[in-house]
Amino acid sequence: MAMTLVEKILSEKSGLDVRAGDIIVAPVDIAFVQDGTGPLTISQFQACSFERLANPLTSIIFLDHAAPSASRELSNDHNRLREFAKRNGAQLFEIGDGISHQLIAESYASPGEIIIGADSHTGMAGALGAFATGMGSTDVAIALSLGKTWLRVPESFKVIINGQLSKGVCAKDIALYLVGNLGADGATYKALEFCGDGIAYLTMSERLTIASMAVEAGAKVGLFPSDEITHSYLEHHGRGQKYRPLEPEPDASYERVIKIDATRLEPMVAKPHSVDNTALVRELEDMKVQQVFIGTCSNGRLEDLAVATEILRGRKRHPDTRFIVAPASRQVLSEAIQAGYIQALVNAGAVIAPPGCAACLGVHHGVLGDGEVCLSTANRNFKGRMGNPEAFIYLASPATAAATAIAGCIADPREMM
Amino acid sequence: MGKAHKYGDNIDTDVIIPARYLNVSDPAELAKHCMEDIDGEFISRVQPGDIILAGANFGSGSSREHAPIAIKAAGISCVIAESFARIFFRNAVNIGLPILECAEAVEKSDPGDSLEVELTTGQIENATKGLSFRAKPYPDFMLGIISAGGLVEYTKQRITRGL
Repeated sequence: MAMTLVEKILSEKSGLDVRAGDIIVAPVDIAFVQDGTGPLTISQFQACSFERLANPLTSIIFLDHAAPSASRELSNDHNRLREFAKRNGAQLFEIGDGISHQLIAESYASPGEIIIGADSHTGMAGALGAFATGMGSTDVAIALSLGKTWLRVPESFKVIINGQLSKGVCAKDIALYLVGNLGADGATYKALEFCGDGIAYLTMSERLTIASMAVEAGAKVGLFPSDEITHSYLEHHGRGQKYRPLEPEPDASYERVIKIDATRLEPMVAKPHSVDNTALVRELEDMKVQQVFIGTCSNGRLEDLAVATEILRGRKRHPDTRFIVAPASRQVLSEAIQAGYIQALVNAGAVIAPPGCAACLGVHHGVLGDGEVCLSTANRNFKGRMGNPEAFIYLASPATAAATAIAGCIADPREMM
Repeated sequence: MGKAHKYGDNIDTDVIIPARYLNVSDPAELAKHCMEDIDGEFISRVQPGDIILAGANFGSGSSREHAPIAIKAAGISCVIAESFARIFFRNAVNIGLPILECAEAVEKSDPGDSLEVELTTGQIENATKGLSFRAKPYPDFMLGIISAGGLVEYTKQRITRGL
């Protein structure tokens, strides 16, 4: 029987002929934690009396969730992680280096690999054709030491994207449309496999945006085939030799098929307090917004800042709307400085936060006040997510975020381009 | 036997334990903030052995293992939901928090009902209403992890035995 992309990768890795539903033990190529989940991973690692990492060069600690630290407790957690990395030879990315998922994409992930991270958005590396999935601290502690983990081979949904997005409509709108369509648990335990003529129009940055949102429908991974776009992304990041083409077998069977006509999509938002609570931007115009946030693993890349700059150049944020921008990594920040985006955004009234998760999860850099509304390019809008259960978070694309920052209320970017 | 606390669909890990408490490592301290953003009274109401009932997709969102740890430390003996988010499911098993999927038990039970759960068989008794339900029992290896108290204890036992 023909294999899905997930079955193909997991068969190769486990050395077995596996099918959806099988439970396998598979080697882990890359395992990582961040500063929220990492301290518990270390505790569990030590509780097991583990003494060494199976693969120190691909055992990674990212300080991104509170970067720089906002309290003495978080600083102490950071120091514990630094000491663990030093003692065991793990790789450490410091505050300001960027978000784990972005750095995994820039510097580590390759097609056909198995990547597990103690962070739910780990599935983002599926954009590069890797089987990447989020787990908890204990699972990652065991994988760090043993170099393997157990997995249930997921059934796959085939998501066919046809056509090209129109101007002002972004990959984020595809992701929001898809999550709205599937529901917050519509793909629980499943893999989403993207295909269709439309994916040839999607840059790696756009694929990463879509893959980063797969977990918002409950999916285990959002997987793209590895093609020439993957190849040029890997080359750009100095890993061209890691490229290999990878796609599902033609007659593979899928539990469900979802078709998306990209040409018909419009700018979308997810309303509070769940990601599947979607609506069209034009249905929400005039909703006043006190804070706009552009950043996160979902939309903090150079291309996202370029889209925002195109709309904001020569314009100003609305006087009643704060505007925070956090590049996803040091490299993104550096390239955005060189391209002039940062200057344009600063001129437009943006606060530039250090590369990292920033305002996304409400521990620092942009906690909301009571009753406030934020429009964010993050992947989550849960109650309390940005540090205040009395606040309201709308999710949208960087284009919609830029238009909203200017208008002071939710605005359609197509009217400003 | 424990009293039921009932919630709806999509109870995410951000409301089970907000990120502002992620640097807390003491389970008892985490428990003090369990469900704080969705049900401020939960922690004063909950008694050891109580049970959480919830709708679909319980534990969605962030991978934070602090969520099942906080629930367990709050004294909850079992979470019964229509369905669980994938990462939460693994995390709960890994830290030894019993969870069961049983839509019927959730639908037909009310807050405050007295429930009793038998993990090995998946049997759920609602003593208040005189109803019984059957959830799918765990496979043996998962029951082994839960009864050992979590994956760490389970792994230590297996290492000691040279498995």
